[in-house]
Amino acid sequence: MRNAVCCLFLLIFSVNTFSVNSNLILADSFPDKLSEFEFFVDDSAQEPHEKVIPYELISTLFSDYSYKQRWVYVPNNAKASYVKDWVFDFPEGSALIKTFYYPVDERNPDLGKQLLETRLLLRKKDGWEAVSYAWNEQQNEAYKKIAGKTINASWIDFMGDERQVRYRVPNVNQCKECHAAKDAITPIGPKAKNINKDFSFEEGDFNQLAYWMKKEIIDSFPKDLVSPVDWRDETKDINDRARSYLDVNCGHCHSPTGNANSTGLYLNLVETRDINLGVYKKPVATGRGSGGNKYSIVPGKPDESILLYRMESMDPGIMMPESGRALTHQEAVEMVREWITQLPNNN
Amino acid sequence: MKRILFFSVPLLVALNLFAKEVYVGPGPNAQERLQEALILMEEGDTLIIKSGYYKFEDGLSLDVDDVTVRGEGIDSTILDFKNQQSGAQGLLVTSDRVTLSDFSILDAKGDALKVIGAKGINMINLKTEWTGGPKNTNGAYGFYPVESEDVLIDGCVAIGASDAGIYVGQSKNIIVRNSIAQYNVAGIEIENSYYADVYNNLASHNTGGILVFDLPDLPQQGGHHIRVFDNKSINNDTDNFAPEGNIVGEVPRGTGIIIMANSDVEIFDNLMSGNGTVNLSIVSYGDETDDPNYYPHPKNIQVHGNTYGPSGFDPDIETGDLAKALFEISGGNMPDIFWDGIVPLSQIIFGQPDDEKLIIAEEDASFLTIKPIKYMLGLSDPTNTNKDDFKGEISPLKEINIETF
Repeated sequence: MRNAVCCLFLLIFSVNTFSVNSNLILADSFPDKLSEFEFFVDDSAQEPHEKVIPYELISTLFSDYSYKQRWVYVPNNAKASYVKDWVFDFPEGSALIKTFYYPVDERNPDLGKQLLETRLLLRKKDGWEAVSYAWNEQQNEAYKKIAGKTINASWIDFMGDERQVRYRVPNVNQCKECHAAKDAITPIGPKAKNINKDFSFEEGDFNQLAYWMKKEIIDSFPKDLVSPVDWRDETKDINDRARSYLDVNCGHCHSPTGNANSTGLYLNLVETRDINLGVYKKPVATGRGSGGNKYSIVPGKPDESILLYRMESMDPGIMMPESGRALTHQEAVEMVREWITQLPNNN
Repeated sequence: MKRILFFSVPLLVALNLFAKEVYVGPGPNAQERLQEALILMEEGDTLIIKSGYYKFEDGLSLDVDDVTVRGEGIDSTILDFKNQQSGAQGLLVTSDRVTLSDFSILDAKGDALKVIGAKGINMINLKTEWTGGPKNTNGAYGFYPVESEDVLIDGCVAIGASDAGIYVGQSKNIIVRNSIAQYNVAGIEIENSYYADVYNNLASHNTGGILVFDLPDLPQQGGHHIRVFDNKSINNDTDNFAPEGNIVGEVPRGTGIIIMANSDVEIFDNLMSGNGTVNLSIVSYGDETDDPNYYPHPKNIQVHGNTYGPSGFDPDIETGDLAKALFEISGGNMPDIFWDGIVPLSQIIFGQPDDEKLIIAEEDASFLTIKPIKYMLGLSDPTNTNKDDFKGEISPLKEINIETF
């Protein structure tokens, strides 16, 4: 009998040890350490709990060449509902988890990585809240950083060159700058159209939406989903590639409901009006962000287009996006340059 | 006794029993300490930034409703962003019913103080400055509330902005008063906004002193009900240093007040003097636009009781079209007040409705407007300098009341 009680106690204890701490997701405040959530079986190896499902997006936000790993957690017996043209409506107690890192050497993954931060979006009772945890030097724990943090990081890139960056972990307000729509915090990535792609799960390769259905974390998704293209995919149409990139990198603020709606420049995927997409659109409050140019986009003339000028700049008073970037995304600049060059000039 | 208790409980609740004062002082990690304090503040709290010289590498932000952030004076609490590495502005405010007072923001890389979407923002006794003098590498705006309601700017100083020192855009219920704007491209600018009182300010040594503009293709347009009174817009003599591409880059050096494409504007009891191009200019939006919801012409503009000193003695014909056109049309005899005379075609033919007409009730001011038909057809005598043709009864606009908190 005594043994049985002991066993039961152990069993409960071990179950607790290996389940996500749902109470903390719903709590009024954020714990100091990332490990307290128990999203990971092994935090420093970033090995997730089995209910914490990895996923990828088709096109991603540029964050100074850092790599990102994403996971979604939906509590037992609850599902996220599909919403057309928007992120899934996740149930209370859900979490979106994103770890940023640099590989030591992009040419050789075996050399390991430097974990920078893990950002969380937690679905509380009244809506989403955002917080980030910065990894310590020992890489065995990440600590809550309300006011953000500067990490001077470096890595070896594919060309064998050492790259350096003043990487900024965003503060809580900066999370909101991008993740706010109509004054409420919202995820940006997990729209059905953005995750409609295959992923190599431990059980094999599956379409992510199909896998989420199988795991019963979403209620449905439409069969005829129009998804953005991967902007890096050179076999795809340049218009689609550029719009896909601008959507995920700019459209969360530059949309009629986003933080930059006062500019009248809307780069979200559903925008169709030329003037609002920036074609021959004069700047409003651009200041020296104009670089002496008169229009956001001049078809055929990338070097006269403010949009490209601000993508290329590394000056905080000029560059776009306003936060989350210290380096120029060279490959994307070239792609957008190609896009503007081939735009028909109807003026 | 019971009765006293009964009344004092709700009173205490209203004052917020738990409201506290938080102090941040200079020293190591000031950036992180101040930013953390700004984030952790709670409703009713006051954050006091102790006097000192603070050097910041990243922009600051505030997103808590119902708080006060106060320095110990614009010459004592100085936030210096000369070495800013990230953030598009010095301080960003995105919450409601916020009072900021008594500190300076220097040399921000972008805008100095930006307020987005606030319902209730008091900016009192603050200063924004770019300390290297007028340069096109200075940030665009000193004070920059946008998409906000109940905006008060009182006793502030704005120096060196490469667009506007004090700029209120796409907002409603606005008071800008008792403030000083100098060495900016535009001193004070009210753009695409409704219900503003701009009074008792000094705008001097800017390119243009006070601008009331409306622009197309924006979420809020149709700017109207703006009163500009008891201001001094004098000696605006700084060359335009706005980066090209910006609308204020078209403003010629030496303009006192410009009204562009707004409705219901009352300009009275101001002093305009020492403005080398023109003291007061009332114009249409000059560029092409396909925006069907946009009205490009000024209407119901009332001008009365202003004092006009010397102007037009040094017209800046190099910048934009305004000074050049005015210089040519006037034959070098620059007026105090200029109206471009442009109205919709139907009004050229059938005349302007009375309630849209420009009214000028001034004793000592020279005036010039263009007669559009004669001008377009190249006929002789295409101008009218008789301001008595624009006499009319002034219908005063209502005073602006903003909700206090």
